[in-house]
Amino acid sequence: MKLLTTYLIGVIFGAGIALSGMGNPAKVLNFFDVAGSWDPSLILVMGGALSVTFIGYRLVLGRRGPIFAQGFALPSSRVIDQKLVGGSALFGMGWGMTGFCPGGVLPMLGTGLADVFLFVAAMLAGLAVGKALLGLTLRPGAADVPFKT
Amino acid sequence: METAFTPVHSLIGGAWIGIASVLLMLTLGRIMGATGILAGVLAPTGRSDLAWRLALLAGMATGPLAVLALTGNWPEVQVPTSRWVLVIGGVLVGIGVTFGAGCTSGHGVCGLARLSPRSLVATLTFMLTTGITVYVVRHVIGA
Repeated sequence: MKLLTTYLIGVIFGAGIALSGMGNPAKVLNFFDVAGSWDPSLILVMGGALSVTFIGYRLVLGRRGPIFAQGFALPSSRVIDQKLVGGSALFGMGWGMTGFCPGGVLPMLGTGLADVFLFVAAMLAGLAVGKALLGLTLRPGAADVPFKT
Repeated sequence: METAFTPVHSLIGGAWIGIASVLLMLTLGRIMGATGILAGVLAPTGRSDLAWRLALLAGMATGPLAVLALTGNWPEVQVPTSRWVLVIGGVLVGIGVTFGAGCTSGHGVCGLARLSPRSLVATLTFMLTTGITVYVVRHVIGA
């Protein structure tokens, strides 16, 4: 029941990505190309997603806990440091080069396109490299912290 | 490469992304962040942890098929870059979201919805560098 529900939530997310154009690199890049072939669609994707989540979270997080788990796993870090800013800046460079972000590209694996698989493979390599690099900068025992989003 | 403005599809799709994010919090108490979900697959804390992550990813990958069933068309995926750029960009994205602890879904949707200052800084940062990168690639280098 829990896994089936989770799967269906994934379908809703993936369909949302696919319908909205968030998984289409040309459309994503055009959103950022204000000086060229601008396509403002992504404002509506972000606006729609954010407003629904903003209201929904207020309802859900007022409950004592989630249905299938002990408690809400919310990120607790409030540190704004070079890691956060530098990592986000690097992510933007990759996103700007390709038009693919992690949430946008993962559902598109379902299209079976070779370019999508190539990007995801490279991204997984980047995740592994990032994790290894991060391990070098962390004190022992703190290894779990960075993967909470 | 020109793309058409699709306000209705984009707004509905965006709302579905939001609904999925709310439902994941309601059921599993988790943030719908692609980075965190994927990073957890590479280093799961146990079998049930791995199971929900794989179920969610499998569902995501069914999304394009669901759109085909609903609209009669496969969603468009137009890749205007070379494969080398895809590989280099993919590695940069992977490293970046690991250090930044999140991406567009985790920081840009879920984090902003929680009014997290970290997510606001992260989102403004990557939106800015994405914009700069697109400008440089298209209008300075002229690719």
